[in-house]
Amino acid sequence: MADRKQPIVEIRNLSKSYRRGIQVIPVLENINFDIPEGEFLALMGPSGSGKSTLLNLIAGIDKTDTGTVMVGGLDITSMTETELARWRAANVGFIFQLYNLIPVLTAFENVELPLLLTWLSRKERREHVEMTLQMVGLADRMDHYPSQLSGGQQQRVAIARAIVTDPTLLVADEPTGDLDRVSAEEILELIARLNREFGKTIIMVTHDPHAAGRAHIIKKLEKGILNAHS
Amino acid sequence: MHILKLIFRNALRHKLRTALTILGITIAILAFGILRTLVSAWYSGVEASSSARLISRNSISLVFSLPLSYKEKIRQIPGVKGVSYAIWFNGTYISEKNFIPNFAVEPKTFLELYPEYLLPEDQKTVFIRDRKSAIAGRKVAERFQWKVGDSITLKGTIFPGTWEFVLRGIYYGAEKSADETQLFFHWNYLNERLKKTTPRRADQTGVYIIGIDNPDQAAEISEAVDKTFKNSLAETLTETEKAFQMSFVTMTQAIVTVIQLVSFLVIIIIMAVVANTMAMTARERIGEYAIMKTLGFGGWHIVILILGESLVITMIGCVLGIILTFPGAGYFGNTMGNFFPVFDVSAMTLLLDVAASFLVGLIAAAFPTWRAVNIRIAEGLRRIG
Repeated sequence: MADRKQPIVEIRNLSKSYRRGIQVIPVLENINFDIPEGEFLALMGPSGSGKSTLLNLIAGIDKTDTGTVMVGGLDITSMTETELARWRAANVGFIFQLYNLIPVLTAFENVELPLLLTWLSRKERREHVEMTLQMVGLADRMDHYPSQLSGGQQQRVAIARAIVTDPTLLVADEPTGDLDRVSAEEILELIARLNREFGKTIIMVTHDPHAAGRAHIIKKLEKGILNAHS
Repeated sequence: MHILKLIFRNALRHKLRTALTILGITIAILAFGILRTLVSAWYSGVEASSSARLISRNSISLVFSLPLSYKEKIRQIPGVKGVSYAIWFNGTYISEKNFIPNFAVEPKTFLELYPEYLLPEDQKTVFIRDRKSAIAGRKVAERFQWKVGDSITLKGTIFPGTWEFVLRGIYYGAEKSADETQLFFHWNYLNERLKKTTPRRADQTGVYIIGIDNPDQAAEISEAVDKTFKNSLAETLTETEKAFQMSFVTMTQAIVTVIQLVSFLVIIIIMAVVANTMAMTARERIGEYAIMKTLGFGGWHIVILILGESLVITMIGCVLGIILTFPGAGYFGNTMGNFFPVFDVSAMTLLLDVAASFLVGLIAAAFPTWRAVNIRIAEGLRRIG
């Protein structure tokens, strides 16, 4: 008998639109789905289909127009900005396409950034950061600035920053979009390993079928409407 | 890694832009400091005034003199502890560009009423005794490299003729505010020649300097002096020394006001420059601020980052500007020493420098901060790349 995992993300009747002047442009329409804990889900779709918007809504960095998003049993759509910020700091790790590291901070300092919002001591933060950089294979590059790292290495640092607080959820928006094939493979393997070995729930937006192939579940968005495909 | 480290690194991210902005602030604070010092110098005579001295002059105008016979009558008014007299001589030393304030005074009583002019006792004794002697302030003596014993010749303007003196003393001020640019000589020396050349101008003085026991009685004693000479040929106008000095400042109040306005205008201009720098900076980093908000940093962290960077830049400029203000004021003071005997950078000016820099830093960062704090994260992330 299959072991049904509890959903860590529950989305109900979610809709989102943007205003451009007086024009209202619908981006997502009546989205409903669950993401079981520990799953690796890929969100695919053509450009403009709303996949990044959906990811942002799940991660709590954008607000829905209608509908609810429950993450870990909490309704994040009813949280205030301050509550959301605190919730994100503790529960969500972000991996962006363009790495988005702070250029004036070293790899160590970039990874340490989320830990500044915790009560960890300097020594404890150091231990966490070193362990995380070790996990992503960059222990020997801690004092390097992003400009001194390759694209693949920068993305590893970004992944380390995303996981250093041991979040409930990892969201990745086109994590390999700016990398060459070899680096992209390395990053995908790292992400898959985080899911496989550490049980991280991962939601990855991608337009690359090869990248999506790493996920357990693929969902396709087209013009703001979700098609299910596993 | 602290937010402070990030603030400093951000401030140095665009080294040329930051350096130029700091240079702008440095120059602005330097200009502001010198202009404020100029305003203070304008009032230095007022600040150096004693509350225990009154000045009595001809009520019609300072141009008109008062009879010497008034002295004893003034001396007898209750509350008066000493009376001296002085007349503005306006002699020229070598050429008109060598402006030196010079007065004919009654030496003994004058020095008693001006204890802030410190003169070695031996020099004081000789000065009082020798009718052809003069004393000069330290600054004017240094300026013309005068030494005790030197002959000094003044060409009269108000009192025509060549006037020769022997420098018998160099006085220095007990306080920084004391005027050390003046020259004083014997009123009797002037009067004796006037008796021979223009007798109608003899036995006259320009002002009476009245020392009083109790400064709180200044108004009453002034009134008593003026009442004494009411309906006489030369009625008096008696006022505190401060009010007397203020009357000179008031004559040029429009200039002082313009200088003050210009000083504030300088600050407003640099505020616009810094605001432009911070607007550019914040605009470039909107994506980064969105990232930080994504990671869980709140609005207050963004406020600290942007305001902190703005204040780092303005306060570095402030410190450099203040450091340069001292030699700047020194140069200005030496060049304009003729007109501004006291040209010192006051503690209040430094405080205003710091306050102005702080205000510039705050206001310049206000709008970029507001924008960065309020922009939606998704909107900010879209700005990246």
